[in-house]
Amino acid sequence: MKKIFSNPLTIAGFVIIASIMLLALFAPFIAPYDPDAIDVKAILLGPSSQHFMGTDGLGRDVFSRMLYGARISLLVGFVAVGIATLIGIVLGAIAGFYRGWVDTVIMRLVDVMLSIPSFFLILAVIAFLTPSIWNIMIVIGLTSWMGVTRLVRAEFLSLRNREFVLAAQTLGAKDFRLIFTHLLPNSLTPIIVSSILGIGSAVLLESGLSFLGLGVQPPQASWGNILTDGKIYIQFAWWLSLFPGLAILITVLGYNLLGDGLRDAYNPRSSQH
Amino acid sequence: MLKYIIKRFLWMIPMLIGISLISFFIMQLAPGDITTTEANFNPKASEESRQKLRAMYNLDKPIIVQYGLWLKRMATLDFGNSFASHQRPVFWQSKDKDGNVTLGMIQEALPITLLINVLSLALIIMIALPLGVISALKQNQFADRAITVFVFIGFAIPGFWLALMLMYWTGVQHQWLPISGLQSMGSEHLSWFSQTIDFIRHLILPVFISAITGLAGISLFTRNGMLEVLHQDYITTARSKGLSENRVVYGHALRNALLPLITLLGLSIPGLIGGSVIAESIFAINGMGKLFYDAVLMRDFPVIMGILTIGAFLTLIGNLLADVAYAWADPRVRRGVMQ
Repeated sequence: MKKIFSNPLTIAGFVIIASIMLLALFAPFIAPYDPDAIDVKAILLGPSSQHFMGTDGLGRDVFSRMLYGARISLLVGFVAVGIATLIGIVLGAIAGFYRGWVDTVIMRLVDVMLSIPSFFLILAVIAFLTPSIWNIMIVIGLTSWMGVTRLVRAEFLSLRNREFVLAAQTLGAKDFRLIFTHLLPNSLTPIIVSSILGIGSAVLLESGLSFLGLGVQPPQASWGNILTDGKIYIQFAWWLSLFPGLAILITVLGYNLLGDGLRDAYNPRSSQH
Repeated sequence: MLKYIIKRFLWMIPMLIGISLISFFIMQLAPGDITTTEANFNPKASEESRQKLRAMYNLDKPIIVQYGLWLKRMATLDFGNSFASHQRPVFWQSKDKDGNVTLGMIQEALPITLLINVLSLALIIMIALPLGVISALKQNQFADRAITVFVFIGFAIPGFWLALMLMYWTGVQHQWLPISGLQSMGSEHLSWFSQTIDFIRHLILPVFISAITGLAGISLFTRNGMLEVLHQDYITTARSKGLSENRVVYGHALRNALLPLITLLGLSIPGLIGGSVIAESIFAINGMGKLFYDAVLMRDFPVIMGILTIGAFLTLIGNLLADVAYAWADPRVRRGVMQ
């Protein structure tokens, strides 16, 4: 623990993520306005003491919408990565533990999935379903499990023949027990690191999809769909584009700093570089 | 070497079959069946024409036969005609009875996307390589730290936001650069030279935006590769032979650090192709990405399936080229391959 918090960048990442979580959690108390309240007398106002980040094309307070948008980003990030990590752990564990033809089949599936441009894949699936926050989370989860699978498999392959595992096996431990009490706990660190980095990519993906109108649907606020308005009003209202973009940048930066810092703390080899 | 290429080429067949399975699975997600959407475009579509369409997509046959036929269509690159764009062929041109040629949608869009991606790959290499090398040589000094900050921001910045900001700054505020399409209105009356300049000016922002998202990864990778190589014994040998630092760095270290980069460039192709959706739809460029985006909005399934397949196919080709280039560049792999 001490080592983790000796790196100022890791602390920065941690502080960023913790603050955004608090802002999202307490959004109803912090937000000065109802995020969906339309005010025709306050359309496209620039940042001021009344509207900290200005108002949008329907006179809604951008700061309030940003706070609620933070909830969406966090929710999508966590659920999508949760799904991906779960699939990755199951498939990677099966492949790395049983090896043989099961391993071959799973790893070839990973290769195939990686060969389809993932943004195309996600958009195609969304075209066949309907865009909504739940579909977005599921689709991002179902199309980003390949990295975790490879990681878990590699961890399992290297742990599989270690003495403590072989000893447990000789003592009669069942496969299930070997996987869950011996192999998985020893592979947790890289899984956690890759999940944290994965949340950052999921936040980026969600904002991109919402920006294109294929993600979180208005009137529900998300950083991505505030930017869609920003594009429409780009000639008149720079604040509509600037703030959500900065929020996404800072959030993703936070996850990346935290993830990288954790990796360096647990993997001395990478920090030498 | 030839044997390796052939082997590597044959490897694409099971991959393509896998891709066909996944794309077939996605098609099954459609609510109702795809003729429902066709009927939406054309309210006059009679039950009879829908039956015809069903027969064309073989929706009246058992699922395993449907898959077999999908595989066959994929193999012949026949993706049918677009629902939304007056039955234009999805992939390649077709001739009607009178000999009029209708260009395929992908046929028209693909060269534009390839051009932008090749240019942005070149830009990535031109910027990321020096950054990575400098970062490694000045490890933990100011330059290295500054480049690391840049890399972190590069990983985190949403490309479409940067595009918006640049559009505002260069296009709206200062009007330096055009911000949409690939040619100015009326540019067809200009001289050949002015047309080319106009075209290049239109390309600057899209190419830059596509490049910026790939920059961070490549420069970080170059830095780490260089650091690893610089600690090898043969570098110490080269230095102790009295070679100049430049020869050591560029003659010995860089060449070896670059090898894995070939593979990484191959792997970055799907990201670039996928990223074209956002860049092209923001800048209103009629490439594969925008074609795909429009098709998704209109649920133009033949186009979606066509681009998905072609995109995957391009990725496979890219990886194949990267692997072959790697084997060609690295004597260790080349010899290992030949045995």
